[in-house]
Amino acid sequence: MERIGRAWNSDFVWSFRHSPVAVVSLALVLVLVLSAVFAPLIAPYDPFDPASLNLMNGFSKPMEPNTFTGDVFWLGTDDQGRDVFSTILYGMRISLFVGFTAVLFALILGVSLGLIAGYVGGWTETAIMRVADVQLTFPAILVAMLIFGIAKGITPVHMRDEMAIWVLIIAIGLSDWVQFARVVRGATLVEKNKEYVQAAKLIGRKPGAIMLRHILPNVLSPVLVIATISLALAIIAEATLSFLGVGAPPTQPSLGTLICIGQGYLFSGEWWIILYPSITLLALALSVNLLGDWLRDTLNPKLR
Amino acid sequence: MEMPVLSVRDLVVEIPTRHAVLRPVNGVTFDLHRGEILGMVGESGAGKSMTGNAVIGLLDRPARIAGGEILLNGERIDQLHGEELRRLRGKHIGMVFQDPLTSLNPLLTIGEQLTETITEHLNVSAAEARQRAVDGLREVGIPAAEQRMDAYPHQFSGGMRQRVVIALALCAEPSLIIADEPTTALDVSVQAQIIALLKRLCRERGTAVMLITHDMGVIAETADRVAVLYAGRMAELGLARDVLTQPNHPYTIGLMGSTPLASAGRARLYQIDGSMPRLDALPSGCAFNPRCSRAQSKCSQDPSPSLAAHQDRAACWFGGENAQ
Amino acid sequence: MNSLVVVKNLTRIFDVSKPWLNRVIEKLPRALLTAVSNVSLNIEEKTVYALVGESGSGKSTIGKMVVGLLPPSAGMVEVEGIDLFKSTDDDAVDRVRSDIQMIFQDLFASLNPRWRVRDIIAEPVAARSGKTDGLAERLLEQVGLSSKDADKYPHEFSGGQRQRICIARALASEPRLIVCDEPTSALDVSVQAQVLNLMSDLKDQLGLTYLFISHDLTVVRHMADRVGVLYLGRLVEEAPRDDLFDDPKHPYTKMLLEAAPKLDGFDRTPDLPEGEIPDPINPPSGCVFHPRCPLAIDRCKVEAPEARQIGRSWTACHLAE
Repeated sequence: MERIGRAWNSDFVWSFRHSPVAVVSLALVLVLVLSAVFAPLIAPYDPFDPASLNLMNGFSKPMEPNTFTGDVFWLGTDDQGRDVFSTILYGMRISLFVGFTAVLFALILGVSLGLIAGYVGGWTETAIMRVADVQLTFPAILVAMLIFGIAKGITPVHMRDEMAIWVLIIAIGLSDWVQFARVVRGATLVEKNKEYVQAAKLIGRKPGAIMLRHILPNVLSPVLVIATISLALAIIAEATLSFLGVGAPPTQPSLGTLICIGQGYLFSGEWWIILYPSITLLALALSVNLLGDWLRDTLNPKLR
Repeated sequence: MEMPVLSVRDLVVEIPTRHAVLRPVNGVTFDLHRGEILGMVGESGAGKSMTGNAVIGLLDRPARIAGGEILLNGERIDQLHGEELRRLRGKHIGMVFQDPLTSLNPLLTIGEQLTETITEHLNVSAAEARQRAVDGLREVGIPAAEQRMDAYPHQFSGGMRQRVVIALALCAEPSLIIADEPTTALDVSVQAQIIALLKRLCRERGTAVMLITHDMGVIAETADRVAVLYAGRMAELGLARDVLTQPNHPYTIGLMGSTPLASAGRARLYQIDGSMPRLDALPSGCAFNPRCSRAQSKCSQDPSPSLAAHQDRAACWFGGENAQ
Repeated sequence: MNSLVVVKNLTRIFDVSKPWLNRVIEKLPRALLTAVSNVSLNIEEKTVYALVGESGSGKSTIGKMVVGLLPPSAGMVEVEGIDLFKSTDDDAVDRVRSDIQMIFQDLFASLNPRWRVRDIIAEPVAARSGKTDGLAERLLEQVGLSSKDADKYPHEFSGGQRQRICIARALASEPRLIVCDEPTSALDVSVQAQVLNLMSDLKDQLGLTYLFISHDLTVVRHMADRVGVLYLGRLVEEAPRDDLFDDPKHPYTKMLLEAAPKLDGFDRTPDLPEGEIPDPINPPSGCVFHPRCPLAIDRCKVEAPEARQIGRSWTACHLAE
């Protein structure tokens, strides 16, 4: 109880409680993430069960009974009669899964390489950081598309749809590790000259132990900030790739795929098919991003 | 007695935080006369720099002056803002800080900085300002002053840079200099040069100096009078020689005893146990009472007696009576 | 008395050149900084040897070479007869390493902010997979803190308390030699007194040997048995404490003692030192102190003096007597 009281009064929680933007963002993120996770329980229809689909329900307007069947769909249906609300919930699962996993992949890769570059120095550092520099000169989407294209070329046709999600994750992750590596390398350069690291060297600690046990915990707070902001970017990147048709397959539609599908009906008057997935994507990316901004301001004493 | 150059009365500086209002300076009172060097000593957090910053109006928000008066040559300066405050600094009060690099603009030559300050505050022509700047540099002991006018701050060594800062502080002929740890970042040999320089120039011009330092040796060799601060309050005020050789306040006594003395050899150092209380956890009564060997029940109940501006004694209920 | 530490002709050169490409383009030569030049000294067991000097004197560099954090460019350091960098006897090197510890100046950087005090103090033992039960608690009490402090994090302590924690960590592996690099420079006077007293007590109780590095002459005089004075990486004078302070031989030592502010120096006008410390990348020829030396003669400009014994002092000066 006392612990909770202390945590509640800690500077971190205090600054959270006193930032309306942070509170609203977190609430929104939680609602979206939870509804994605529990999509099977919340969604009124299973949009991927062909048996439950009725083509007669196609192009139902939101909140209006369908002319043929009389069914009412909150957010309307698409061309195949799939409930837009349900597809959004299921689509968000894919988007969030790809986003989280891609960021985790980028984080592990970037933090490890950054730690090694910063601590070991010399040619190792030069090699890692030059690769990072070169990669930074290409837009992330381009890198992701390149990787996606290569992967598509080497995977067998029958596995393509299954593999698509994983290829997407690797493509986004590989285009995103650089900023983790850069920040961690910079922080490591500062930390490795501090006396507590010298003291550990003096004791005879091995470099691996010093990096993992001493330096890593002290470079993690900027990593947390970047991870949050990267999550927003990764979700958008996934949507972009899917929208361009190189991402999630139509059998496993993400938010981007839904927007891509809806785009075809925008000018024929079925605006709801594209509007609602877009709003969801916007809300998700924006709230995660605002949360990341707040984290950065709170954890970075220089900006305070 | 002539009017003091600087007169500080019951100065209180407050920092509101979300838990409490902290008072890093709480009831500081002193006078500083023409040509006098007043040492301000105390350990970190005692409020000595905060007092200096309050005098020049350099308190960082949210810190603010919450009480008391500051008079410079008889005029209130604690209420000034913006333009008035800017004219006050430089023209009437010069500043010398611990790190000379932060007080010089790295993008301007020192000549530009000096002439700018001079033309800003004194009514002189550009040519005369330049001449005064060169003279100023020569006076602080910069060799080849004429040529060095066009050099940038980073082209000077630490000691030379601090000399430039002193020239800059003195160039508009202020009546008061606030020197905040002016030699702490310097080596011993350079420190001696800078202290001697500051002392000589202020004596010659009759400039009053508020010398903020933690080094008792520097106080002994430089200051006429000394104010000892503890937890934002004045513990003792008096002639430097008296305070250092016959301290009255138990804190000053402890401080002197814990300084390793050449003559004392290897004897165990006198120890004041504990450390200065944090501002958000000040004890009741006299702030020093939990560490004081003479504390009695009165000390934890009543605040210690406050010091008047020019009375030389300790802010202690028993200081006068029990003095060694 | 036998020497615990033997330093012979120790030299350390740092390459402070700009990157290769800049040097080629700007046609700059390689810049070498001789931080320590040909220093020899012995530290007797259970004594305090102090190294004094101003910035750039190489005192911290010597400290790092003695503890084995930095390899020498030339010369050698032997602790208990073992050269940490050249010895091939791994067991002996490991044993000697655990006999050496260090205390640092920076009170904030010397403790890992993410570790509990218990783990910080026990690390030297845990790293060698020794038993750490109750170790931190016992050491905390030994350095004057409470055993309850073991569960706290470093930011919960004041400067003086942090230095006590550093001392507790240094004691954990039961060392014989502790290199103290400006251990009290960041502390206030009253706290400095507490830490110096603690260090003296521990030395007597545990039979420790200190290499005490400081720029503060009063602290050195308080702590040291023997003092070495460094100037621009050269050992200019070395003597037992009382000889050095009462009868300094080298003009630099004299200048340093004269320049230091005295607690009883009311109305004193010290003889002011000449000039400032020269650029260590291009040190003066001959005796490096000659441009600032009031006694310098032509010989000093060309010939670097060898250390000579005068009384109980060793002095590297042509003219000292």
